Amino acid sequence: MDIFEILTSAAFWAAAIRIASPLIFATMGELICERAGVLNLGIEGIMVAGAFAGWIAVYMGLPLWGGVAVAFATGMMLGALHGLLSVPFGLSQHVVGIGLTLLATSLTFYTYRVVLPEVSSPPKITAFQPYPIPGLSEIPGLGSAFFTQTPLTYAAFALVALVAFVLYRTPLGLAVRAAGESPAAVAAQGLSVTAIRMGAVIVGSGFMAVGGAFLTLSAFDSFFFDMVNGRGWICIALVVFGAWKPGKAMLGAILFAAFDALQIRLQQTPIGALVPYQLFLMMPYLLSILALVLMSRRAEVPAALMVPFNKGER
Amino acid sequence: MRLEPIAQPSLARRLVPPALALLGAFLVASVLALIAGGNPLAVFGAIVKGAVGSKFALLETLNRATPLIFTGLAVAVAFRAKLWNIGAEAQLYAGAVVTAVLGTGVLPWPPALLLPAIALTAMLAGALLLLVPALLKTRLGVDEVVTTLLLNYIFLLFVSYLLEGPLKDPMGMGWPKSARLIAEARLPRIVEGLRLHWGFALALLSAVALWIVNARTTLGFEMRAVGQNAEAARFAGMPVTGVVLKTALLSGGLAALAGFSEVSGLKGSLTLDLSPGYGYTGIVVAMLALLHPLGVVAAALFVAAIFVGADAMSRALGVPSYIADIMLASALLMMVLAILLTKFRVVRD
Amino acid sequence: MTGPHDQKAQPVLRLSNITKRFGALTANDDVSFDLARGEVIALLGENGAGKTTLMNILFGQYTADAGTVEVFGEVLPPGNPRAALDAGVGMVHQHFTLAGNLTVWENIVLGTERLGALRLDAKAAKARIADLSRRFHLAVDPAAKVGRLTVGERQRVEILKALYREARILILDEPTAVLTPQESEALFKTLREAVGQGLSVVFISHKLHEVMAISDRTIVLRHGRLVAERATAETSREELAALMVGGKVSAPKIEARPAGPALLRLAGVSTKGEGRAPGLRAVDLTLHAGQITGLAGVSGNGQKALSDLISGLVAPASGQFEIVGEPVGDWSPRRALARGIGRIPEDRHRTGTIADFDLTENAVLETYAQDFARHGWMRWGAARAQAESLIATYDVRCPGPETRIRLLSGGNMQKLILGRVLETAPRIILANQPVRGLDIGAVNYVHGRLAEAREEGAAVLLISEDLDEIMTLSDVIHVMSEGRLSPGFTRGTMRAEALGQWMAGEGFGRVADAS
Repeated sequence: MDIFEILTSAAFWAAAIRIASPLIFATMGELICERAGVLNLGIEGIMVAGAFAGWIAVYMGLPLWGGVAVAFATGMMLGALHGLLSVPFGLSQHVVGIGLTLLATSLTFYTYRVVLPEVSSPPKITAFQPYPIPGLSEIPGLGSAFFTQTPLTYAAFALVALVAFVLYRTPLGLAVRAAGESPAAVAAQGLSVTAIRMGAVIVGSGFMAVGGAFLTLSAFDSFFFDMVNGRGWICIALVVFGAWKPGKAMLGAILFAAFDALQIRLQQTPIGALVPYQLFLMMPYLLSILALVLMSRRAEVPAALMVPFNKGER
Repeated sequence: MRLEPIAQPSLARRLVPPALALLGAFLVASVLALIAGGNPLAVFGAIVKGAVGSKFALLETLNRATPLIFTGLAVAVAFRAKLWNIGAEAQLYAGAVVTAVLGTGVLPWPPALLLPAIALTAMLAGALLLLVPALLKTRLGVDEVVTTLLLNYIFLLFVSYLLEGPLKDPMGMGWPKSARLIAEARLPRIVEGLRLHWGFALALLSAVALWIVNARTTLGFEMRAVGQNAEAARFAGMPVTGVVLKTALLSGGLAALAGFSEVSGLKGSLTLDLSPGYGYTGIVVAMLALLHPLGVVAAALFVAAIFVGADAMSRALGVPSYIADIMLASALLMMVLAILLTKFRVVRD
Repeated sequence: MTGPHDQKAQPVLRLSNITKRFGALTANDDVSFDLARGEVIALLGENGAGKTTLMNILFGQYTADAGTVEVFGEVLPPGNPRAALDAGVGMVHQHFTLAGNLTVWENIVLGTERLGALRLDAKAAKARIADLSRRFHLAVDPAAKVGRLTVGERQRVEILKALYREARILILDEPTAVLTPQESEALFKTLREAVGQGLSVVFISHKLHEVMAISDRTIVLRHGRLVAERATAETSREELAALMVGGKVSAPKIEARPAGPALLRLAGVSTKGEGRAPGLRAVDLTLHAGQITGLAGVSGNGQKALSDLISGLVAPASGQFEIVGEPVGDWSPRRALARGIGRIPEDRHRTGTIADFDLTENAVLETYAQDFARHGWMRWGAARAQAESLIATYDVRCPGPETRIRLLSGGNMQKLILGRVLETAPRIILANQPVRGLDIGAVNYVHGRLAEAREEGAAVLLISEDLDEIMTLSDVIHVMSEGRLSPGFTRGTMRAEALGQWMAGEGFGRVADAS
């Protein structure tokens, strides 16, 4: 199979969309936080916790959407901790984020061992199944690729529209954007910067956790310790790549996922056999760095990102 | 609520919040131990016993502290200059790779020459690995947190490639590990018969050296100034970019020494599980030490004791050893808050 | 229309016995006053007199230790930032509170709609803003990004924000600090229009001529206390000045004298702008020994570019830059210091000092490498001695050299910076806003020291937004506008009005045509 064949196959694009879905959830979550002025480096740990929480909830008998809700709630709780330390107390968002990732990851692993002390390999659940959308999935060409996905993938794309709508078309979104640009302007209009930023971090973290849960509830059907594997950091790069705009960030995630899907397929080609597989596995991380470098000159970073706001101070 | 700076913090003000933070971490661990069906007192007892209860345990703790001192110093020096190096893990492996390459007989030198040569080359490798993100930061404004994090994954895959390819031990029976170091490339034990190598002494020496650099040299002054207020440092005529790059070289070099010390002093060969996250734990160590080089030694010993003790406790009582990671992560978060509260008071208005 | 002194009308705003303490400092001490409908009150006081604290209490940012705020007869709940806004009080802050990446209408609408609302009616909002713009002579495009507006336009947006919320009381904090005299005049026109439509105004200022021009009544604050209340028509600038500072202002005597040799010369120098801030555009400037050269202009017109150039932060993109006849080569802050330039930066907190460093470390920040280190080793003993000497010589009030500088008052911080500069006996001194935010004692001290340096033959470049300060101290005055520099006007040949025209950008065309 040559590259052209790969790029035009429905299976390839179906995989790209599937790989993009968890990234889209987590990228939207990070974007919400950063638009409000908070860099959330807890993302990696929150995704791990979300992946586990959603999966274990379903394993214990909740329906799949119940698992998604549990993941979301888990993310919100971790987000509340991040928000408390980084917003009213204004602590370094770098340190708080890394600390939260360490905490969430170790809490998850601990809980796994406590809940499943005896197992040698993690049990499986029945994950979300692809749901072909009647009509759309029968469009010749790539229709089946885009519209034979699991409901959680459709939810990811719906989330992009929702985030864009809220950010640009509602008073709440206006307040969030202003909080990331000029918290003083928000405070002067009688709104609470603390409440807006806390809210953004909590909700954003919820979506990050759902991104993690996608891995256990839709992409795979089980939980492994290293399954998130740096996806959180990649999402931070995607937010920069998307210039803090939901639509662009989503396109970035798809582009990125397409590369990932491509490298998986290239590994199986004759060219692939000549190159160490580690090089292929490196591609996502190398691409992320490349994206950061390319966007560095023109990124429209929110002016108050990582700047704590202490009221009464000028 | 609002934070109000305290003009002259009292001694109690400076000591009580950090003490409460450590206490809080123990409290969190106690609750988790209870959930896992362990008696907190028994758990902590087992941890203490496992960490310092015997000569063997104590030596194990010192050995575990050694790489943590190096990575803790690497993080402390970088964070003090507000260079957010989260890539100590990769830099550690860079040092380890150099040690595995140079220590297997390519240089037919006596130990007195070979060991310093390997150590310096290892430092250089770690330094260069951090120089890339540092240059991207100073030249293009790319946030180094994300790039150093991503480099961790990239470099570990590179090591994996090396261990399955060029550095693969032909005697390894398919296991991905490098060939054993020659005897001349091994750090000797400090006292014959005791399982503690000179890497530990080197770590202590590095801490003292860094302390002197910080307190007594112009570079230390510049690193602190750039970290506290880069704009003012630049206005005052300090070479800010140069200071950031020097900091990066120093930090990367220190982290690489951890890899050198582990391969040359402890393990004798390079494997993919050389470091169980020493680079990340270095962040916890540095923060608990309030970024002070001598504090790093104390914090590394404390952290190592918890890890070693938790392993023993887990074997004895069945409470998962991840409780140690949780305790340290929560100690980190509570400590940064506690440090804030030593300087500011929370007022309502 | 209700007259300003209609006793029957209920006051629209009443502050009663407001007291606020910060630790040992009493920022407001039992302050009470009323504002009547259609009245303009001037709130006059030096920096640190308690004006801003009072307004922060009114707007719920701080809670008063004692006292109440009543708006239209209703007591405001303390500590609630929304209460004053909802009661119809609008504030135009000195430092604008606008988000640059949002449009004008978005900034204005922010916070006026329920956060739970499902949509934002942009069309209706823009229409209302257009209507308000017309009624109050506040021309601004509602769809423009605020980041691209001029300072004058931004202030109009701030006023529109208040009017959009149907504010009946407008509070303006030092509104003219960033305006040209002509723009100030336009602002006054808007305010008169607003008063004509029944609004009431509190005008916070320390500029006496404006207070005299706009207000019906003047309230003077000093050290947190209300020290006087006058009908403006029955008082004078002199009386108000005396009340404000509580004593005589003693500006140093600057006597005309022949200029010394040229120490610094710019010929056709241009620099790259930084973001929205303009760079220099073909600037010609010569600083002479024994002279204070004043640089007037509305802030944001290239003063920063000129200051950055002379302090070494920015190199010229084109043109000639000479110091004592020698062209500068590679240019950096360290080279500027080495060539004998002493620099007092605009922002002493962000640029001039490192807040958590102690006085010793701050004292040697610029000179540690040459004078307080040997082979890379710091000589802390010598550094400490230097700090002690600066503390003594420049009257820096502090517990000792190991005090963190963040704990010092602005005046004492500035004295340390001044000492750091003057101790090196610089030939050229760049003083960028050297007295901004200082109390009168510190102002006099800094001015006196700069005048002394002039006597001793230094060339001083004084950059300030305060035209009075420039006109009092300078031998020669230049005006900056949009990165261009006016010709120099020698002492006494220029009136404020004429300088104002240059500040507004008039006159540069003619010069360009002539040359």
